[in-house]
Amino acid sequence: MEVKAVGKVGEVYRVSGPLVVGEGIRPRMYDVCFVGEEGLMGEVVGLVGEKTLIQVYEDTSGIKPGDRIENTGMPLSVELGPGLIKSFYDGIQRPLPGLKEVSGDFISRGLHVPGLDRKKNWEFNPAVKKGDKVKGGDIIGTVQETEVVEHKILVPPYVGESTITEINGGKFTVEDTVAVLDDGTELKLYHKWPVRQARPYIEKLPPLIPLITGQRILDTLFPVAKGGTAAIPGPFGSGKTVTQHQLAKWSDAHIVVYIGCGERGNEMTEVLEEFPELIDPRTNKPLMERTVLIANTSNMPVAAREASVYTGITIAEYFRDMGYDVSIMADSTSRWAEAMREISGRLEEMPGEEGYPAYLASRIAEFYERAGRVKTLGGSVGSVSVIGAVSPPGGDFSEPVTQNTLRIVKVFWALDAKLAARRHFPAINWLQSYSLYTDTLKEWYDENVAADWSELRKWAMEVLQEEANLQEIVQLVGSDALPESQRLLLEVARLIREVFLQQYAYHPVDSYCSPQKQYDMLKGIKEVNDMFFKALEQGKLIDEIINVPGKEEFARAKFEEDYKTALQNAIETMRKALFGE
Amino acid sequence: MGMKEYKTINKVAGPLIFVEKTEPVGFGELVTVSLPDGSTKRGQVLDTSKDVVVVQVFEGTRGIDTSSTVRFTGDIVRLPCSKDMLGRVLSGSGNPIDGGPKIVPEERREIIGAAINPYARQYPREFIQTGISAIDGMNTLVRGQKLPIFSGSGLPHNDIALQIARQAKVRGEGEEFAVIFAAMGITNEEAYHFMKDFERTGALERAVVFLNLADDPAIERILTPRMALTAAEFLAYEYDLHVLVILTDMTNYCEALREMSAAREEVPGRRGYPGYMYTDLSTIYERAGRIRGRKGTITQFPILTMPGDDITHPIPDLSGYITEGQIVLSRELHAKGIYPPIDVLPSLSRLMKEGIGEGMTRDDHVQWNDQMYAAYAEGVDLRGLVAIVGEEALSDRDRKFLRFADEFERRFVQQGKYEDRDIEYTLDLGWELLSMLPEAELMKIERKFIEKYHPAYRKKTAAGEEAAEAAA
Repeated sequence: MEVKAVGKVGEVYRVSGPLVVGEGIRPRMYDVCFVGEEGLMGEVVGLVGEKTLIQVYEDTSGIKPGDRIENTGMPLSVELGPGLIKSFYDGIQRPLPGLKEVSGDFISRGLHVPGLDRKKNWEFNPAVKKGDKVKGGDIIGTVQETEVVEHKILVPPYVGESTITEINGGKFTVEDTVAVLDDGTELKLYHKWPVRQARPYIEKLPPLIPLITGQRILDTLFPVAKGGTAAIPGPFGSGKTVTQHQLAKWSDAHIVVYIGCGERGNEMTEVLEEFPELIDPRTNKPLMERTVLIANTSNMPVAAREASVYTGITIAEYFRDMGYDVSIMADSTSRWAEAMREISGRLEEMPGEEGYPAYLASRIAEFYERAGRVKTLGGSVGSVSVIGAVSPPGGDFSEPVTQNTLRIVKVFWALDAKLAARRHFPAINWLQSYSLYTDTLKEWYDENVAADWSELRKWAMEVLQEEANLQEIVQLVGSDALPESQRLLLEVARLIREVFLQQYAYHPVDSYCSPQKQYDMLKGIKEVNDMFFKALEQGKLIDEIINVPGKEEFARAKFEEDYKTALQNAIETMRKALFGE
Repeated sequence: MGMKEYKTINKVAGPLIFVEKTEPVGFGELVTVSLPDGSTKRGQVLDTSKDVVVVQVFEGTRGIDTSSTVRFTGDIVRLPCSKDMLGRVLSGSGNPIDGGPKIVPEERREIIGAAINPYARQYPREFIQTGISAIDGMNTLVRGQKLPIFSGSGLPHNDIALQIARQAKVRGEGEEFAVIFAAMGITNEEAYHFMKDFERTGALERAVVFLNLADDPAIERILTPRMALTAAEFLAYEYDLHVLVILTDMTNYCEALREMSAAREEVPGRRGYPGYMYTDLSTIYERAGRIRGRKGTITQFPILTMPGDDITHPIPDLSGYITEGQIVLSRELHAKGIYPPIDVLPSLSRLMKEGIGEGMTRDDHVQWNDQMYAAYAEGVDLRGLVAIVGEEALSDRDRKFLRFADEFERRFVQQGKYEDRDIEYTLDLGWELLSMLPEAELMKIERKFIEKYHPAYRKKTAAGEEAAEAAA
């Protein structure tokens, strides 16, 4: 234990909601303090003269001037080691099942439960031996954490190059020493890392591989790269959370970190009930086996909500450092920004736009910059992809959080209340959305899915764009006034929208759509398109073409396990009806 | 200790008093203020420091002067809870106002409910039949859900709330339920309307009523929903009751919150509402739900009037981001004489997908719902076109959709205030409307359901059965 430093213990001067002003302590910025008899956890967010401003992660009712404050001298940190996967944490990495054990169905105050289970034994297999040289970020061994995750035990990044003098395999708890270095440093299965500090890496690599999400509109039209960033802004009820859930379920990352930041309690319960039941198409194991959940719901303390996104991304970076592809969903970053605003307001800082603090833009940028595909300190390649939901007030995308997010992210999935109202899901507007990765990922798709992938994608986008132009005319004069070729184009666009873009999240087959299936479906629509126009050329009546038998089966083919046969049969039926072959 | 009295008020601003030179006072402490005329008021500590303590006074600061006495109780605000609350009418801050005896508390509960641990929650999936087609069929309510009514001034939201309170039931169950009714800033007339209906239908016996009327202190409204939900939690979790909580009107609550915030000179967020309004509202709405291993449940029906019918106004907007859907009322439908004027297009129930379908409502419900939505949305769209080009320019198909939308409003949405439709009736009525459309247009419904429920086939089977019977 270190000698009790001067200024380690002080007292409360003022309490205003989650903000406590202390005196008598001399902390550094972002040190963690414990306030009052119950030891409520807080973090130093400002120093003014002799006074210290502390944001407290728990309800401060009953705290009064003169109460004790203890400064830990440590910044807010998370515990990184085996036991993270399948965990369900609050915003400051307290396990919610553990909190339930000590305080029942409701979360009371001053609870301290460590992030990693102290009692559980893990089988550790060393990967290095006595006499080997290691440095920060190197892998010294592995633990099979779940059926699908091999947890690599890392030398903490802050350790310099040293020689291993002792290392043992066998069963250990996270606190046992598994290796000793020549300078006497003892390595355990876990280490701590301050959440507000990005974990180091050697260099960032260009994002050349898509994060396959199994969602047709995302993968085909607006793909995100592994290590990339995306934002989903949308008004309430437009399907942000369902889309985020879909991404958490089906994205082809090794590890998924899901942060429910200031959102509904029941939504997290849904994830908890559903994920252990759902099977990951890549591993054939339950999705929970690769998932870390963080839930700081809207009614849980606002300061812990502010911390939750940092807790989540630090855990993501840790798995990245093992060489894994990690994707992180933050639902919703607006609630995080509001938590910042709330605390900033209590600090009586000069507000920027709409009451948000002036540093909003830089905080958002810092957060998204922690994404990336990198060469790790240990020399492998890992990635963190960040997908943030944004909840703009009134669905107005011009508000500060949406705007500051769009300035930094590379993919924009615009949710549209109008589409949601007519139950077109995912309600992502294909004209407003964009992805800046389409060019860099083109090569991957053309190589790995089909040579004409990007051509097909371009065709679909053109049809949709043309439809939008024609719709303006239809609104004025009705569709009957259009020339037949244009009416046919509208029909093809309808197929793209209803068959291809609409995807049923709750349908067992349609919920996930592989890139191959996406290609086959779009290719099928193109084939129908060509048939339609050929029939028109041959003088068939437009109504006959539009109402051709087989169209209904074609639309339903996506719900079949054996969609290929269904697609082909439907196309054959149409061909026969149109050309009598 | 902790019971010292102070006469050191140095400033009064709106609902706030500033007290100097106190012993240490806890944040959130309950305060009583004794006025020179002998009356007392209650308040709560909003900000405490070694120099000054800021107290919000629930009953307003009228009559308070610097010679008033302030006493800090060392406790926080609590509600005396008892099963005997059922059938009683209480003020917005929890005191009986029906002339009946004091409530002998079994327990004095903190009104700031601790957050339910998300790990302890159980996902709501029990279908509640309200007897209203536009809700049961299109935006189904489940037990433990928070589903607000987004209304506007002059729309019949109160009638709908009453109808739901009267008719709501989980089918096939005789389980005990209770209604908690919390009025915030509504008029005497509206309150009378509610009370009259409760008395007439005998619902009052199963209800606890909290009344903060328009002429009661605005600041008291900040307590009222918390009082109501504390009572709800007590009845749900101690007595295993299924509690339906009606909160009306949340807009008045938010106005009170803004008033408080302005008095504290806080940095305002959108339209002057405090930046923490989202968090504040969530501590009310998130108290709905179900908990694993507990029988009782809390279902919330908050009502709010959208200022200027604007759904993007901060009050409906922030509410919509917290609640599990919304029932939106439409002035246009109301003007057409349709009751309940529920506009199903912007309405939504986020939890319905788990509460409908086979074993809960009926096997065809999910696809039926998709199809009804799509058809109505298309019909409504076409109205826009008709306004420009006239109905003659429409194709035959389009005219059918147009008629569907009209009939949907007139026959499906419209029903009597005392008409209690069961879910089968609602679904069959929908099928009757869907049969106005060409069968090939019912793309969202699987063949097997069409054959099972479409009137065209039902008649055939019915005829077949009759024929078989006759033959027998």
